[in-house]
Amino acid sequence: MDFATFLVQCLNAVQYGLLLFLVASGLTLIFGIMGVINLAHGSFYMLGAYLAFSIAPLFGQQFLLMLLAGLLLSALFGYVLEWAFYSYLYERDHLQQVLMTYALILVFEEARSLLVGNDVHGVKPPDWLAGTIPLGELMTYPVYRLFASAACIVLAIGLYLVVNKTRLGMMIRAGASNRDMVRGLGVDITRLYRIVFAGGVALAALAGMIAAPMSSVYPGMGGHVLIISFVVVVIGGIGSITGALVASLLVGFVDTFGKVFFAELSGIGVYLLMAVILVWRPEGLMRRGY
Amino acid sequence: MQRALPWIALVLLLAAPAVLTPYTYDLLVKIMVLAIFALSLEMLVGMTGLVSLGHAAFFGLGAYTTVLLSPEYDPGHAALLLVAAVGAAALYALFVGALSLRTKGVYFIMVTLAFAQMAYFVFHDTKVGGGTDGIYLNVRPVAGAFDAGNKTHLYYGVTAALVFTYGLLALIRRSRFGHALAGIRVNEQRMRAAGFATYAYKLAAFVIAGALAGLAGFLLAVKDGFVNPELLSWHESGAVLLMIILGGIGHLRGAVIGAAAFVLLKEFYATPAFVGAFLAEHWQLTLGFTIIAFVALLPKGLIGLPDRLRKR
Repeated sequence: MDFATFLVQCLNAVQYGLLLFLVASGLTLIFGIMGVINLAHGSFYMLGAYLAFSIAPLFGQQFLLMLLAGLLLSALFGYVLEWAFYSYLYERDHLQQVLMTYALILVFEEARSLLVGNDVHGVKPPDWLAGTIPLGELMTYPVYRLFASAACIVLAIGLYLVVNKTRLGMMIRAGASNRDMVRGLGVDITRLYRIVFAGGVALAALAGMIAAPMSSVYPGMGGHVLIISFVVVVIGGIGSITGALVASLLVGFVDTFGKVFFAELSGIGVYLLMAVILVWRPEGLMRRGY
Repeated sequence: MQRALPWIALVLLLAAPAVLTPYTYDLLVKIMVLAIFALSLEMLVGMTGLVSLGHAAFFGLGAYTTVLLSPEYDPGHAALLLVAAVGAAALYALFVGALSLRTKGVYFIMVTLAFAQMAYFVFHDTKVGGGTDGIYLNVRPVAGAFDAGNKTHLYYGVTAALVFTYGLLALIRRSRFGHALAGIRVNEQRMRAAGFATYAYKLAAFVIAGALAGLAGFLLAVKDGFVNPELLSWHESGAVLLMIILGGIGHLRGAVIGAAAFVLLKEFYATPAFVGAFLAEHWQLTLGFTIIAFVALLPKGLIGLPDRLRKR
């Protein structure tokens, strides 16, 4: 493998890892703060991709504006969804949550099939992101992928600032380390839950929107992302955003280079990584912290 | 009344072939196979308190072992294949359990999922078992006078397996071993303080559950004559977990009722004759909302339904 190929694979790995981080960070917060095992989280990723497909014609070249609109729409959707379904689940057993969120997957898949159909779609990146840049003599790299990585980094920094520098972030951190204490101290936990959930949905949907021009938009795209995101959350340690970032990059590299070196068995790599890490550290890489 | 229920069910099952149409026959066998699978998970979740989201791996492994070890054009020996399928599932369960039982709670759920996904990708991405297409079992196995290709033989064979599984688990529940498992479920720390090697107990439960799932897998392969990687997928693991939650965790009856309810609901919603062509095509929607309604109204599963009605 020459250097240019290696570089391209590294860029791919980082880009994939960062995208996973967007989905997983919401999942880990919902998991860590609200204590809900949200199997439907992959559906929000799918929702984002289909949202991008549906509203892209409306926005034309205004790609960033489209992302913003999608972000707001999906956050609103998450807010309503939490109120309608999830708010009943907090006092329930984990298994009841599994049952409910599994049912929601079925509902979302069918809703998607009714509204958009079962075809595979593509989303075009806007013209200003459609080019490629040369790498070495033979290789090129699509600009859009670089944009995707950059957008994810901006979002990650934004998330970092919100969680570490704001009052809301303080409540989120406190909630992740001790839920009951936060409730006891008089924080409006219902509102906090709703905001965290809406934020998680918005992040996952945004990941789907960013991913849409790179991968096609297809039925069942949420399922794969869901499982990989759970892997990320568990490797990183539940409720830890830093852990999720480290773990998603790790998963990105293992998956990308696994495909390069062991094409046939590449599917196993990520799970092998998770098994090894959990046998070594049964509570993930960062079990303390947020 | 509640205690008599399994016996009444057994009598009905034994008499059923006299009145069944081929369609309901097949459905009933399917329900019984899935009931064995659900019972094996109930042993982990309900009896021991270990929630696994990778139980389909043992189910699928049992099914694949059966098909892979069968001769291509001759009937295999049913008893040998059965032992091989159960043995393969139990061995993999020993390996997975030994490693994953180091973790707890949600982490345990995820590690079992990880090991199941590994097995899934071995069958999905490599040519070991025909890749994504799966493989066919051309000739059903036989053992002496028993021929699994004969519908009646298969029916009574599956019924016997269900009775065996149910009886075995009922005995385990009453045994010292079963009580130790219940103790671990309620308070593992205290059991350890009382001098129980809890890890060994949990591992034993995990292996037995894996072996029984292998048994269900063997029966499924013999019934359908076909296996594909989806048998090991997390959707299958999720579905079987769904069955026992639907039925009611903590009761053997719950697992059987849940498996029956799940299969029947799915069948009902996907049949155009019952719900119309439009809804039948979108059966996931109706099934999804039904499950949500169950969660909202029946926190204890279907098994809690009589109690709830009585309280009204």
